[in-house]
Amino acid sequence: MMMNMVQAINAALSGEMERDPSVVLLGEDVGVDGGVFRVTDGLIDRFGEDRVIDTPLAEAGIAGVAIGMALNGLRPVAEIQFMGFSYLVLNQMINHAARMRNRTRGKLTVPMVLRMPYGAGIKALEHHSESTEALYAQIPGLKVVVPSTPLEAKGLLISSIRDPDPVVFLEPTRSYRMLKEEVPEGEHLVPLGKARTVQEGDDVTIVGWGAMIPLIQRAVADLKGSAEIIDLRTISPMDSHAVVESVKRTGRAVVVHEAPRSFGPGAEIAARIYEGAILKLEAPVERVTAPDITVPLPKGEDRYYVNEKKIKEGVERALRF
Amino acid sequence: MLTDEFDPQKGEMLRIVDEEGEADMGLMPRMSKDLLLKAYRTMLLTRLADDKAVKLQRQGRLGAYPPSKGQEASQVGPAMALKEEDWLVWAFREMGALLWKGVPLETQYLYWMGNELGNVYPEGTRVTPSVVPVGSQVPQAVGIAYAGLIRKEKSVVLAYFGDGATSEGDFHEGLNFAGVFRTPNVFVCQNNQFAISTRRSRQTASATIAQKAIAYGFPGILVDGNDIMAMYAATKEAAERARKGKGPTLIESFTYRMSDHTTSDDWRKYRSKEEVAEWERKDPLKRFSAYLVSKGFLKDEASLIEELGELVEKAAVQAEATPAPGLADVFEHTYAEMPPYLREQMGGGWK
Ligand SMILES: Cc1ncc(C[n+]2csc(CCOP(=O)(O)OP(=O)(O)O)c2C)c(N)n1
Repeated sequence: MMMNMVQAINAALSGEMERDPSVVLLGEDVGVDGGVFRVTDGLIDRFGEDRVIDTPLAEAGIAGVAIGMALNGLRPVAEIQFMGFSYLVLNQMINHAARMRNRTRGKLTVPMVLRMPYGAGIKALEHHSESTEALYAQIPGLKVVVPSTPLEAKGLLISSIRDPDPVVFLEPTRSYRMLKEEVPEGEHLVPLGKARTVQEGDDVTIVGWGAMIPLIQRAVADLKGSAEIIDLRTISPMDSHAVVESVKRTGRAVVVHEAPRSFGPGAEIAARIYEGAILKLEAPVERVTAPDITVPLPKGEDRYYVNEKKIKEGVERALRF
Repeated sequence: MLTDEFDPQKGEMLRIVDEEGEADMGLMPRMSKDLLLKAYRTMLLTRLADDKAVKLQRQGRLGAYPPSKGQEASQVGPAMALKEEDWLVWAFREMGALLWKGVPLETQYLYWMGNELGNVYPEGTRVTPSVVPVGSQVPQAVGIAYAGLIRKEKSVVLAYFGDGATSEGDFHEGLNFAGVFRTPNVFVCQNNQFAISTRRSRQTASATIAQKAIAYGFPGILVDGNDIMAMYAATKEAAERARKGKGPTLIESFTYRMSDHTTSDDWRKYRSKEEVAEWERKDPLKRFSAYLVSKGFLKDEASLIEELGELVEKAAVQAEATPAPGLADVFEHTYAEMPPYLREQMGGGWK
């Protein structure tokens, strides 16, 4: 069936709820309203208000309650309405979800998914455009997953729900309705921790994820030379092997992310490339990212957001070096 | 219903056995002699084990430790109302409650000695690990209870926290959720009058903590936390209410931390000797033993102390003999499956 990402995520959720009665959804407006992006539309009618839970307006509470549910045999999928409001859950996610397995030596675990829309590029209100995946990726014990297409979203979300560890699942708002593609009706799994080669090429490796993937594809469409595009899919634990092996062949690397540059995921990826492929490198790792500034309000968003032109320039710099 | 008889807004406090060991038999819950003696034994063990933990810390054999002294009734009473299938969610100052629920003393010592194995409880023990970030266990207890509802269990979830925790957002979010979803929770706030040095009056302008329950839409009750009978009776009623699907209860245990906040603290900085002496007079152990002696239930306390003292020594020895975690121990529980880069870091003998 042709689906956009919203529909694909909805299909993943309903399929998993159908298959496993321990899967429950909770969050602000996820029930009757179907979520502010309608990602959970119709699920309350199918699964009832005990399993699709409209919660009080309380992010730390949502995360804390979800952790408790996971400790007692459920597989909660909690939604935070926007990433910009997810900082209220850091205490619960970092101090509890991420470390429960380790501190109980595997006795207690927190198989939960914390879903949230993230990223800029849709000229949204203040606090609705953050991409702070690095905050979560720095925490051992958390997994951070970002889908780039509807098909990917379905497969990655199902894997996230079945994963034994807590997963922060970041849904690029810009990609929610951008593209439709064929998504199989039944089960479709994409393993966590494995990158995807979107396009093979010999001259430069471009690493990205989420809403950056279609931008990268367009940016290199008429490139002189052939680019290999890698969709990281899982920011943490990262598939550095896929990246390093590709760069060993191409000798050049560009990392693209919409988060600000400093201390962003690009720094980590570059470090892993240097560690794994320094002798094969013909150019420094190029980073195409947002500048280290607060996400501007909509009028200034274009100054911030990565676009095709910036990617093209980055790739050309890497190729020219 | 005790919650109807004692109105926290009028400052009414449930007390069954007074400071002299005199009992109000009209309020007395049904408790067998065995149950009473087991309760006393657990409280006494807590007192002795607590003293030992402080000594071990002073000798550099155990890390920073938050003493329970003075709060034994407040801890053990609620735990006594739990069944095996019920959950106990604690903060960090509930040694007595854990002992009652089956977490061995050596395990608890192991945790305070700094070994994660101290968070590994006997199979089937429904107790979550310690929670240091104050108040953050409260919403988790609500989630555990909600999961119990969905899974059609009849279990109750008891959560402990301090008076300081009631100022945290998590307290509000947790109790608010519990009220909205009528989860089978019993919340026990151990109001020991202090959050480190900060007095209870700095946490809230509410006359009592118990009355906060009213705003969340469920009953609250103020209980003399140094009276084991009262703590047991109030919790038993609350647990039955929860088990019947009638929602949560907030119990304010009015007690006193007789010792330091932790072994890193010095209470003389912020309270007088007179104040502490006054509360020593209200010691929950003295009160309980006076009652048991008057009933003729407790005859040879000296040999009980000796027996428990040996248990404590044994537990300390056992905990100390547990080897420190190896390299694999600290790496392998980060995820269910170890990512390759982590395996590399471990293989390289990460220094
Ligand atoms: C979120 C958070 N802030 C600060 C601390 C430091 N701290 C540890 S215990 C404590 C006081 C807690 O008081 P209360 O909740 O009354 O419990 P009690 O220690 O009296 O048992 C503080 C401030 C902490 N552990 N967590």
